[in-house]
Amino acid sequence: MLSLSIREVSLALREGRISPTELCRKCLNRIKKTHYLNAYITVTEELALKQAQEAESRLLKGAPKGPLDGIPFAVKDNFCTENIKTTCASKMLKDYTPPYSATVVQKLLDQGAVLMGKTNLDEFAMGAGSTDSAFGPVRNPWSYATPYREQTGTEMDSDWVITGGSSGGSAAAVASLTSYLSLGSDTGGSTRNPGALCGVVALKPTYGLVSRHGLIPLVNSMDVPGIITRSVHDAATVLDILQGHDVKDSTTITHNPSTLTNLFDDFDVRNICVGIPKEYHAPGLSQETLAQWSRVADMFERAGARVEQVSLPHTQHSIVCYHVLCHTEVASNMARFDGLEYGHRSGVDSSTETMYSTTRHEGFNDVVRGRILSGNYFLLRQNYEHYFVKAQQVRRLIAEDFKRVFNSGVDVLLTPTTMSDAMRYTDFMQEDNRTRSAQEDIFTQPVNMAGLPAVSVPTALSNRGLPIGLQLIGPTLQDRKVLMVAQWIEQKVGFPPIRYHGDTGEGEMGEEVHEREQTSVV
Amino acid sequence: MAGSSAGTTALLCHLNKLIAIFSPTITYQRHGWCVIRRICTSVSRCQSQAQTTRKSAPQELVGVVGLEIHAQIHSNTKLFSGSQVGFQAPPNSLVSFFDASLPGTLPVLNRRCVEAAVMTGLALNCTINRKSLFDRKHYFYADLPAGYQITQQRLPIAVDGTLTYSHLGGRKRNTVVTKSVRIKQIQLEQDSGKSLHDDYRSQTLIDLNRAGVGLMELVMEPDMSCGEEAAAAVREMQLILQALGTCQGNMAEGQLRVDANVSVHRPGDPWGIRTEVKNINSARNLARAIDYEIQRQMVVLESGGTVQNETRSFDGKTGHTIPMRDKEGLQDYRFMPEPNLPPLMVYEACSTAPPGVAPSQVVVLEEVRERLPELPSVRRQRLVETYGILPEHSFTLVNEDGLMDYFEAVVRETKAGPRKVIGWVMNELQGLLHQQNLSVSQSPISPQALAQILNLQENGQISSSIAKQVFQELWKTPGKTAQQIVKEQDLGMVNDSTEIHRICQKVVDSHPDQVQAIRGGNKKVLNKLMGLVQKETKGRADPVVVRAILEQKTS
Repeated sequence: MLSLSIREVSLALREGRISPTELCRKCLNRIKKTHYLNAYITVTEELALKQAQEAESRLLKGAPKGPLDGIPFAVKDNFCTENIKTTCASKMLKDYTPPYSATVVQKLLDQGAVLMGKTNLDEFAMGAGSTDSAFGPVRNPWSYATPYREQTGTEMDSDWVITGGSSGGSAAAVASLTSYLSLGSDTGGSTRNPGALCGVVALKPTYGLVSRHGLIPLVNSMDVPGIITRSVHDAATVLDILQGHDVKDSTTITHNPSTLTNLFDDFDVRNICVGIPKEYHAPGLSQETLAQWSRVADMFERAGARVEQVSLPHTQHSIVCYHVLCHTEVASNMARFDGLEYGHRSGVDSSTETMYSTTRHEGFNDVVRGRILSGNYFLLRQNYEHYFVKAQQVRRLIAEDFKRVFNSGVDVLLTPTTMSDAMRYTDFMQEDNRTRSAQEDIFTQPVNMAGLPAVSVPTALSNRGLPIGLQLIGPTLQDRKVLMVAQWIEQKVGFPPIRYHGDTGEGEMGEEVHEREQTSVV
Repeated sequence: MAGSSAGTTALLCHLNKLIAIFSPTITYQRHGWCVIRRICTSVSRCQSQAQTTRKSAPQELVGVVGLEIHAQIHSNTKLFSGSQVGFQAPPNSLVSFFDASLPGTLPVLNRRCVEAAVMTGLALNCTINRKSLFDRKHYFYADLPAGYQITQQRLPIAVDGTLTYSHLGGRKRNTVVTKSVRIKQIQLEQDSGKSLHDDYRSQTLIDLNRAGVGLMELVMEPDMSCGEEAAAAVREMQLILQALGTCQGNMAEGQLRVDANVSVHRPGDPWGIRTEVKNINSARNLARAIDYEIQRQMVVLESGGTVQNETRSFDGKTGHTIPMRDKEGLQDYRFMPEPNLPPLMVYEACSTAPPGVAPSQVVVLEEVRERLPELPSVRRQRLVETYGILPEHSFTLVNEDGLMDYFEAVVRETKAGPRKVIGWVMNELQGLLHQQNLSVSQSPISPQALAQILNLQENGQISSSIAKQVFQELWKTPGKTAQQIVKEQDLGMVNDSTEIHRICQKVVDSHPDQVQAIRGGNKKVLNKLMGLVQKETKGRADPVVVRAILEQKTS
């Protein structure tokens, strides 16, 4: 039951095959069993059971609120949740309880979805591993799944791989079957990257399509709430609910977007043109990921789609340009954490200035402090033109690259999501956060520069038994098209469901896996 | 309102007294030397610039003054949040999540504030930018919760305007002198909260009620040269904002805050190094602060020193400006574009707005222009044309809070002509108001009561001198009516011709020499006899009648 898609479990709930409370309990149990993953910072058990109860009475009356009524979900801990701690995985907000909920969270709650808890991340979403959290790193559920264990045969506790990040907790929550959907945030790939490494569907909608109100910002001009599910159809269902203008977020688009889920049927792969950006053949791209990329490209070609090599010449500058823009906004956004109104406040209070500096020193980790420092440097009067303005100009060039390609008749771009499958934690920690972010975000980050929709779809397991994902990028506001193509891939590749090594205690796991939507490999 | 109007009243009408108000000497200490020097008043300098020469210098140093005005936008809610705006609410009772900078909150622009800025821009002859941008200005301060202020540094909503203002000049200070100052720009920005420092317990209390209230920052070019001009420009700005309803303009309540950029130079030379003077809470103090600062800088330069580019605070008690410690050193505000607000668009007409945008969300110039009310300059012109009064009178009527309404109410209720009424309002009413430091609204004599006095005079029931006497009586005992006072004190005209004849006869009989002189052809002496008759009747006899009788008796 836990490994079903939203569509399937929603049907099960309506047909009375399981009640929301039972489902909620199963998920809560599973959270406890997979506690070692460190996917959740806060588990909202009581609230979840209460919400499940309410959903149950609606379902019993035959009046569910919608497809998400009674469906357990998890939220990255940088989305505000009313009366529920929201920490951003930082000491700074360790005990912070917001008085309001983010628009996206509220929309899910309004649909009757059941909040299981708040998921772990890199502090303030700054990272690509979910390893830099004040609450410790997140472990990739696939580290404990049968394929990886069989391949590596090593000790459970020493050889685990990372989830990717920064929404690693959210990706792990969906991958480890503790929630049917989760919210991530995506600034440079933070939803798609862990989505790919954890073998789940990870959607980054068009900038402005989904409200950011209540999302504690990393880079306001690039942040987008991300959707993590087990199937593309589920992602579309959730996007239908989340998208649309929000008066509380002036950067949301004002016109009403079309609904997505009912429009999947008329898709014909022969009518589309898939672009393969040549610059994405980056040094360091693993042979296996490259093989998956070629495999799916070939699938398209064989199915009658047009597959074309395209060029995005400015992509190579994206990361360095991102660093300047990201760090400047970080420096600005983090200025509010001074210990006065909320959050950590240092006991040192000999003067206001001393209180500020010790509060911020104690509250932020090295990564955050480093970005604040460089961001303020970029914003200095004598540096602004050289760094910030230049970076903005390059950003426009990157966006124009995409525009030009899409105007030339390309419908979607197919790229890898990450360089390779997930790294071992011990290997990942050899490099500093900045180097890692630069490496990990290379395929995902330009999309945020241009504000485009993109989705990562798992396509296969690597030789090590770890997921590999590919990314589809579409023109602005063509989220529907991107999802349709993604669903086509999903149906063709036959990505295997997760199976746990020696997971005998979960009787339902083995027997119900077959229920999951699958199409055999072509 | 009352505080502000009293301050301005004092400024405009007691400028000659400023010598007394100013400390007659200042002591300036720096680098161990000390200069004592007489201070000029703004009045003398502003007027005498042209003719004054000094032996020591080929050309006189003159002041250069520019202003930065922060006008709190009169609106129900704040610039980027739905919190109420209120001056005396309990601390931190008008604070939304956004105002307290709770993480994840986003700014939502208040349309009313945009319209206020557009309307103000139009009234000040500005070019309204069809597209303007918001920026973040960073600095750490306890009453700035986000660590930055959202403002319009790069592309403000309005630019390149002019403010035409007047002040009373000339030897008798009764000539209207008209000048103008260029408005560089108007930008929308957030107000900060307030800090209250408790030195005793060494703690700071923060009130965020004001945090996020909409401000218009109006930047004036340095086109002024002294405190009086600056004060007059600010007063005109205040009147315009109040007429528009875009700002209540009370300086004492901080609705209008003025910082002055002051420097001195010799005409023709480049501008001198400027200082910024802050903490000015009235128009009068603005003039004091600027004139003090100009003098201070002149002293520094003439003693061979250099003026420091610094921020100085005005001390209302001493009338001095002193360096502000916490503003020392070069601030780098690390400006960057505000990423959460799309460009602010203003459209010429509804038809030019993009389709699909709700009309309620669009600011349209055409509509704002239609709503522009009568501006003070137009109002003065109208008063001159409608009532045939002098321009300087129209100036005073408009500049004094409530005075125009008072005047027009009297005119409506009396048979006396407007020019007669204006004399009473300017002399009798204003005289007593100033003497007792009252605002027009505090006048014990209502427009109706003054109209009654004038009507009694017009009807020939009392003489003009008695009318003034009744006015004084009524001021002291506001409960009564003019008629009551006339009756009680027997101030009515002596209409009994036998009685007037008797008194005239008595005066003629007792002044044979004067009568002789009149008969000898010196008709002027008749006036003396008339005065004696009036003295006898306590001014209650009709002078025309008295003259006729006296002429007859002395012929």
